Amino acid sequence: MVDITNQSLSEIVDNVKAKKISSTDLTKAYIKNIESAKKLNTFVTTTFDQALDKAKQFDAKPNYDQLLPGIPLAVKDLFCTENTKTTAGSNILNNFVPTYESTVTKNLWSNGSFLLGKLNCDEFAMGSSNETSFFGNVINPVEDQLVPGGSSGGSSSALAADLTPATIGTDTGGSIRQPASFTGTVGLKPTYGLCSRWGIVAFASSLDQAGPMTKTIKDSAIMLEAMSGFDKKDSTSINKKKEQYSKNLKDNIKGLKIGIPKEYRVDDMPKEIDELWEKGKKILKDLGAQLIDISLPHTKYALPTYYIVAPAEASSNLARYDGVRYGYRSQKGKDLIEMYENTRSEGFGDEVKRRILIGTYVLSSGYYDAYYLKAQKVRNLIKKDFDDNFLKVDAILTPSTPSSAFKIGEKTNDPVSMYLNDIFTVPVNLAGLPALSLPAGLDKQGLPLGLQLIGKALDEQKILNIGFAFEKNCAFKNKIEKWWL
Amino acid sequence: MSLNKEKIKHVAKLARISINEAKVDSLTKDLNSIFKFIEQLNELNTDKVEPLTSILNQSLRSRKDEINDGKIREKILKNSPKESEEFFVVPKVVE
Repeated sequence: MVDITNQSLSEIVDNVKAKKISSTDLTKAYIKNIESAKKLNTFVTTTFDQALDKAKQFDAKPNYDQLLPGIPLAVKDLFCTENTKTTAGSNILNNFVPTYESTVTKNLWSNGSFLLGKLNCDEFAMGSSNETSFFGNVINPVEDQLVPGGSSGGSSSALAADLTPATIGTDTGGSIRQPASFTGTVGLKPTYGLCSRWGIVAFASSLDQAGPMTKTIKDSAIMLEAMSGFDKKDSTSINKKKEQYSKNLKDNIKGLKIGIPKEYRVDDMPKEIDELWEKGKKILKDLGAQLIDISLPHTKYALPTYYIVAPAEASSNLARYDGVRYGYRSQKGKDLIEMYENTRSEGFGDEVKRRILIGTYVLSSGYYDAYYLKAQKVRNLIKKDFDDNFLKVDAILTPSTPSSAFKIGEKTNDPVSMYLNDIFTVPVNLAGLPALSLPAGLDKQGLPLGLQLIGKALDEQKILNIGFAFEKNCAFKNKIEKWWL
Repeated sequence: MSLNKEKIKHVAKLARISINEAKVDSLTKDLNSIFKFIEQLNELNTDKVEPLTSILNQSLRSRKDEINDGKIREKILKNSPKESEEFFVVPKVVE
């Protein structure tokens, strides 16, 4: 049996369709990879027996007319999976077994795929390095001792290490795009409302959005097509016709106008990031796109706005964890109130507690106008910056992150320095727009760096097309030595 | 503004999180550095700006008020830390 786990999802799908590999053999190959990569700490739960059963069922009665025929997939442990433990990386959900399936995972399964396991992530998706997980930090397969990014760090690591052919994450402030950038993979945050939030453990409901994490742009298009779609169970789901992103993928970007925002050149940004951005601009220009200098004047206020809006929504969403109906319950405390307080103190980690306290404070009586209302006003200004510029340009090109992957422990003592990781990704969530991080180069230590393409609302096809053309002309090659074997 | 320890303990009470006394100092330091960062927003005059209420150009859908689910008591109780017959059990509230 030839190992095909290093191939892209679309190549693997072609191999399954051509009957060059059975779903069972494919699944066994991934199980073997996963079992030999425990050091990366990517999986919280594996569902191997169930996956092999599904693979056998597929092989006995194959249906090749699906987007993901007989494909095993691991997903971030923030998606509720029926009868499979779902932890959100938290002690407070350590024993939670959902009795229902999230809409996006259900969509993936109805396109022919099945669950291989649940991937580690920052606790409640709060973090940029996967170091806040109750289940320990995840290692970046690019190099031992490096973080894989976060919060979808288990997803980015498992994908780059060939432990799943593709995966899905969630992105509230950069949690798909930043880990994709740190691991040399492709991460797409769709337009707010394109993928259902139903059955996803909630962090900040006006920002959360699920999206694909893949090795190639084509794979991203396939996954987005499979997972997206209107869902009446999500009140903010957009009701529109389903797009055929993979079929409509085109690499002709001649004449497209690409905005280059001057505010994304921040002080003390490493020279290599600047050079990478220049390289990206040149590739798009050589392909016939027109570069246009633009200004997004409120960019610097995006992160401070985010750190009001996201914790405020989180403090409200996480009020449900009270030790009564599900999840962890403390045995300490003499009455109901003490039981709540101890449950939440023992169940949540430090970063989650910090954010609940920030959120509770900014929403509390007497402070609401000064913080939350102020932030919602600035959020409007940030959205307007984008709206104004998208009258002139088709897409915007920026770096994905202000640095390459950093060392484990390097930023854990200073929350603000950790938050600055998301400086280029957060504005997009505040404005509800789609954005793609694509691998674009390596820094001098050989670590991957990504560029970000931001699109108009519901213009995923266009940024995928630009990414597709870029990918063909960039010649990016990830250097992963599989040192853990 | 700065947050003192008493204020933080009060907010923790509101959030129903007990705070370990030994951690109050570091928590105070962290929260103050975060608020210093957040307060950059005060540079902006937003008197004439409307707050954003939805990023979607659509209003929230409403549905008919009718029963569309039910008879799933077992499922709802399945993950409870403690239950008795058909009820969630909590520490005694009324003497």
